Amino acid sequence: MEKSAYKGVFVFVEQRKGIIQNVSLELMGKARDLADALNDKVYAILVGNKITDKAQMLIAHGADVVVCADAPELDDYLTEPYTQAIYHIVNEYKPSILMLGATTIGRDLGPRLSARLGTGLTADCTKLEISEEKELLMTRPAFGGNLMATIVCKEHRPQMSTVRAGVMRKLPADNSPKGEVIKIEIPFKKDKFRVKLLKSVKEKGAMVDISEAKILISCGRGMANDEGLKIIDDLAKTLKAQVSASRAVVDAGLVPHDRQVGQTGKTVRPDLYFAVGISGAIQHLAGMEESDFIVAINRDKTAPIFQVADLGIVGDAKQILKQLNERLNG
Amino acid sequence: MNIVVCIKQVPDTTEIKINPVTGTLIRDGVPSIINPDDKAGLELALSLKDSFNAHVTVITMGPPQAEDVLREAYAMGVDRAILLTDAKFAGADTLATSHALAGALRKLDFDLLVTGRQAIDGDTAQVGPQIAEHLDLPQVSYLEHLDFDGKKTFTIKRRIEDGYEMLQVDGPCVVTVLSGAYRPRYMSVSGIVEAYSKNVEIWGFAQIDVDEKDLGLNGSPTRVHKAFSRGVKSAGQLYEVDSTEAVGIIMSKLKEKFII
Repeated sequence: MEKSAYKGVFVFVEQRKGIIQNVSLELMGKARDLADALNDKVYAILVGNKITDKAQMLIAHGADVVVCADAPELDDYLTEPYTQAIYHIVNEYKPSILMLGATTIGRDLGPRLSARLGTGLTADCTKLEISEEKELLMTRPAFGGNLMATIVCKEHRPQMSTVRAGVMRKLPADNSPKGEVIKIEIPFKKDKFRVKLLKSVKEKGAMVDISEAKILISCGRGMANDEGLKIIDDLAKTLKAQVSASRAVVDAGLVPHDRQVGQTGKTVRPDLYFAVGISGAIQHLAGMEESDFIVAINRDKTAPIFQVADLGIVGDAKQILKQLNERLNG
Repeated sequence: MNIVVCIKQVPDTTEIKINPVTGTLIRDGVPSIINPDDKAGLELALSLKDSFNAHVTVITMGPPQAEDVLREAYAMGVDRAILLTDAKFAGADTLATSHALAGALRKLDFDLLVTGRQAIDGDTAQVGPQIAEHLDLPQVSYLEHLDFDGKKTFTIKRRIEDGYEMLQVDGPCVVTVLSGAYRPRYMSVSGIVEAYSKNVEIWGFAQIDVDEKDLGLNGSPTRVHKAFSRGVKSAGQLYEVDSTEAVGIIMSKLKEKFII
């Protein structure tokens, strides 16, 4: 493989019903960093049905070029049409790097595509950087978050990775840069479309995306009762924060699963993270340690959470939060 | 109806601890288990055996001791077990692993291929879809429920972030199953007794249909550049003070950060 023929940092832009997903904008932010380090360009791959008008938004978030495949075959996500589209684009443009969100779409499309391309794919990366040899260093957790591994894809291109929502930072929208939008026709092989979508159902219930929250107050085992949750809810209202929780609290049924932080829940990086009554199992730390500022309150001064906290308080979380709320309202 | 289930023997990662002095994994005494998503996949296959008299083959790739998970699958009720093991497979990343498994699967006749969504030691969720691609079969990942019409059509509930999708596909196809989808049955006592007299077929490179260059370390596009235990961020200040003083400290920090 002639590696030098492969150029550009490409992001597969995920849209659902025409709505660009945040994870893709976060990836664009990272792609900008990587492209700058390589003195290269950021390409957004935008595929869907009647979605060309979204290209400008991608340019505002860091893309130099938007490669757009707009076709009725790409209306809803299905593995095969999307794989054919991205495979065609990769063969036309020969990306050096291709990133996808580690969502139920990216984790279905990514491996299928990597096998068709015969290249490597590194899942759920938490850190991406460029080495001195201009290669992509992809760092990810393994063994349930107990170990970190940095992966390279030396001899194959594109270097593919998926990244979970909330791990990278999106750039603030800037409408001044001029980007290029290229429309591309996909020569579909429709006889390979063998899976039919009967229906797509959104489930009821207030969906809260804690990975979008600026402030999170996270409830651990030490606060996992009605009184503790009430105190947390009250403070959350005052601070306009969202409530999240550790796995133990979610498993106990006290907080819904979509609010779980950690390896098996969500990765969050709010401006402020309160860890209340959370001891800090490694699986939990994996999901929150990138937060800007971490305040931990726990009775046990040996709790591992204090190792990642910017401010640690040893004490009774109920009392402290109650008083804090009173003073904020007072 | 023939079903093949791919399973993996994994260390129970919830039992793994880090040696705080050396920063290395403590794997001694950590039990090996059938990967949870794969075990749900086994249950899906066995429930189709109950309803449609399907023949269930289980296959695993791994070192010789991976035979244990095949015996466990026998005790749950599978009909045939294959251990894919060869020095040529060593050092495989997900792509090379999927090539080896696809090579074995080309030798088997099936209507449905079941894998777990992902394994708890790697969490990549890649091998199932990669096998599907090598075999040119349709795939449905994140399976939460499957209905079979008794002929050739599967109706599948696929779990996604904010709901689910209902998908339809004819066999042969590949599905990847979520651990919560099917509660695995227990091994029966007679099953456990019989499991040890049943034949586990050992297959190596010679028994499968694959290009040798796609296997093992040589067939792996990705390499581990380095592995390390999670670096501990340097801890901030720790205060052991009464609650009034604690509140004061928090308030001043929040002001400093322009949060209040």
